[in-house]
Amino acid sequence: MATVKNSELEKEHLAHHDHVHDHDDHEESFVSKYVFSMDHKMISRQFLITAIVMAVIAMTMSVIFRMQLAWPGEKFGFINAMLGDKWGKDGILDPNMYLALVTIHGTIMVFFVLTGGLSGTFANLLIPYQVGARDMASGFLNMLSYWFFFLSSVIMTASLFIDDGPASAGWTIYPPLSALPEAIPGSKLGMTLWLMSMTLFVVSSLLGGINYVVTVINLRTKGMKMTRMPLTVWAFLITAILGVLSFPVLVSCVVLLLCDRSLGTSFYLSDIYIGGRPLDNVGGSPVLFEHLFWFLGHPEVYIVLLPALGITSEVISTNSRKPIFGYRAMIGSMLAIGFLSFIVWGHHMFMTGMNPFLGSVFVFTTLLIAIPSAVKAFNYITTMWKGNLQFTPAMLFSVGLVSSFITGGVTGIILADSTLDINVHDTYFVVAHFHIVMGLSAIFGMFAGVYHWFPKMFLRMMNKKLGYAHFWITLIAAYGVFFPMHFLGLAGVPRRYYTNSNFPMFDNLVDINEIVTICAIIGALGQGIFLFNFFYSIFRGERAPQNPWNSNTLEWTTPMANIHGNWPGKLPVVHRWAYDYSKPGKEKDFVLQTVPLEEGEQDGDSH
Amino acid sequence: MNFLVLLAIVLLVIAGHQLLRVIELSRGLKKTKEWQITETDNNMMGKALLAFMAFFFIFFFWQVNRWMDRSLPPAASVHGAKIDTLWDANIYLITFVFLVTNFFLFWFAYKYRGTSKTKASYITHNNKLEMAWTIIPAVALAFIIIFGLKYWNEIMEDANKPDRVIVELYAKQFDWTARYAGKDGKLGETDYRQIDGGNAVGMDTLDVMGNDDILVKNEFHIPVGREIELNMRSRDVIHSAYLPHFRAQMNCVPGMITTFKFTPTKTTAQMKKDPYVVKMMAGINAQRAKFGKEPVEFDYLLLCNKICGASHYNMQMNVIVDTEADYNAWIAKQKTFKTAVATK
Repeated sequence: MATVKNSELEKEHLAHHDHVHDHDDHEESFVSKYVFSMDHKMISRQFLITAIVMAVIAMTMSVIFRMQLAWPGEKFGFINAMLGDKWGKDGILDPNMYLALVTIHGTIMVFFVLTGGLSGTFANLLIPYQVGARDMASGFLNMLSYWFFFLSSVIMTASLFIDDGPASAGWTIYPPLSALPEAIPGSKLGMTLWLMSMTLFVVSSLLGGINYVVTVINLRTKGMKMTRMPLTVWAFLITAILGVLSFPVLVSCVVLLLCDRSLGTSFYLSDIYIGGRPLDNVGGSPVLFEHLFWFLGHPEVYIVLLPALGITSEVISTNSRKPIFGYRAMIGSMLAIGFLSFIVWGHHMFMTGMNPFLGSVFVFTTLLIAIPSAVKAFNYITTMWKGNLQFTPAMLFSVGLVSSFITGGVTGIILADSTLDINVHDTYFVVAHFHIVMGLSAIFGMFAGVYHWFPKMFLRMMNKKLGYAHFWITLIAAYGVFFPMHFLGLAGVPRRYYTNSNFPMFDNLVDINEIVTICAIIGALGQGIFLFNFFYSIFRGERAPQNPWNSNTLEWTTPMANIHGNWPGKLPVVHRWAYDYSKPGKEKDFVLQTVPLEEGEQDGDSH
Repeated sequence: MNFLVLLAIVLLVIAGHQLLRVIELSRGLKKTKEWQITETDNNMMGKALLAFMAFFFIFFFWQVNRWMDRSLPPAASVHGAKIDTLWDANIYLITFVFLVTNFFLFWFAYKYRGTSKTKASYITHNNKLEMAWTIIPAVALAFIIIFGLKYWNEIMEDANKPDRVIVELYAKQFDWTARYAGKDGKLGETDYRQIDGGNAVGMDTLDVMGNDDILVKNEFHIPVGREIELNMRSRDVIHSAYLPHFRAQMNCVPGMITTFKFTPTKTTAQMKKDPYVVKMMAGINAQRAKFGKEPVEFDYLLLCNKICGASHYNMQMNVIVDTEADYNAWIAKQKTFKTAVATK
């Protein structure tokens, strides 16, 4: 049935466009081409540039609160310039604003950069290209997906400028703190905007996700069996399924919170006395919120991570000039991770008053997920083994990803163990863990993707030397920021403290905080190199050739012109898997997927 | 002044633009394109990755050497000692995995850096190898799970010791109150609607069991060697009672009573003489001297470890672990709820 559908679309496409191939886009107006575009390639670029803007905002926030943590009480003109007299009077950060900054930093990074930005950019760009489709199944829904994302970004950014300040209950917005405006100023209008923004974000994510799933299932070109798909597409498919299944739960979680905030219901509230009076709410439980939140929240970690891992699979294999090691094991691992990610959410809640027996179940499932994760890490390393490594900036970032995935992953084994979690729960040990395993790995994957597919997106090349400089500064600064945080955690420093200076027991940790902050500032400045390289290369980079990295996948068979419908004539036919690099008996060290098998030649890893 | 800054920026932009023009013009003269990866690039980056590994590992050990003895002192509770043992076992294991896998990653990056002479081997998979690295982590994780859950069940078990001390930790924005069960060994009932200035924790004044309860602020005392049953409540938002020296933590959730039990093993006085603590406090006081702050002595602490509002970072209470005799003397001096209300 899949092929039937595809060929029908194909006939229609050819009927419409057969005679206008060379000037396919001539009827497009500025608005339909650049603004309300339904073309997956344009939508992908829109997602990427929006995400870059959001990332710069969130990164600047982190620099501000890191300055406060290293030098509490110091006056910084920079803080005053950024936040004004209200939140940064005399250059000293306001405690409520500190909490708002960590909240919005987390929200933007997790959702807007690493979910919307990463999946939105690369699933959009690569799914139609790599499965051999003219476009997404529904270009219209795809367009809506971007504009909902844009709207939610605008609302989130706008919430920074309101009188009471933005949401400040932490990115996990646990009620009652997030439900009661008396508890913290950020829970007034700021929280309402946060909830609105996230609801729109989920709409965007669902519209995108359904599209990705349908496109992968139905619009694969002839010969593109599931077992011939590049791992990028597998990763986007599994990610989209996770998103479609888990994001609606976040909406229900958010709607109930809106009801508690505005309609006087008691889903999450009970026995509360605040602002000098007892509240009427009885019978609710914040633990319910935590269950609902983390039912999305944990799959979300993999929604962030899997696309980065998919991108890395492709980049490492291409640049090792070698097939990905254990293709089927990689798919199996991703499926296992996807499945398990739905039954581990309770490990965020060992210390919340949840029944300890339930905690033991989550210990078991969580540690299980380490097995497929380990398999993936080993497979990346063995893909490089006996390769002929080409160190493009994308390849370097992929190596960085594998390193951070391991380094941050192993501390997950500690945190998944409820017994050990007792003492490091909500400390900097956790902050170190998830920033390395999720933040760094995902952003390294995203950078790898940008450097690798920039020629497809903008038809020009990024500068290699600037890419190298960007990689080294980022890698070193990133470990400099997050590795020392483990030691803060071992000393028992709780996260989300405005300053550690109110506890004498933390006075000997000043130098750790200073190193972290200095590395954060260097790392943030280093991103300037990337921003320059990115925007400069869009306009002035060298023209990209057809297949700059000598890659096998279908996107490199389309003309370097960003035409509507991707391929000018008929859709390509696929004859082999995506990983025939350095195959013996071949003239070159890569074989495009469109090259037919020779007589007696075995396809894929079945030999 | 502003004009000068503006002028400087404009000049910088012009200079940058000219520089870029030169670079762009020189592009056409070169045979290899700027973006192409040359053998020199591969050679340099491969070596740089290996050098990074060395730097990374040295940085790791430098941190361990410099900061490890600023970690929390050895646990001062019975279950905490077990947690520490389990922690050490796990940390050694993951450090080993961290070093070995990162080594292979960066070593391969160096060893197989591309040249024009070499060709990659066409290796798609290896079932034996893959089975090995599925089964070995699975077995290691099985041990971690078994020991972790064994200790978890011991720490969280329902059974109570008859001579235990029952203390309620009551959290609100932004301080703690401790409530002792008193002579009858039972905490009085509470009702949040009865909270007012004279009844900060919402004691149910109709419940006689509460009459002998004892409420204290700023610091609370517990006896060494006896089981302490902590009952946690919150008035407003979620807080978390974190007693890092005892390896104890539990959230305080409005509408719920949560519990955590532990048995302290060292009095505050003993802890002050502990060599690890002495060294640690010397470091802390040296740093305080630099800031012009007066020296401090060791104290057990209760911290809030769940974001709860503007002064979350300052929500603390001292914990004093006494000998049995000192504890009894201290508790005898405290006013019961009934007398406290009567004298007000």
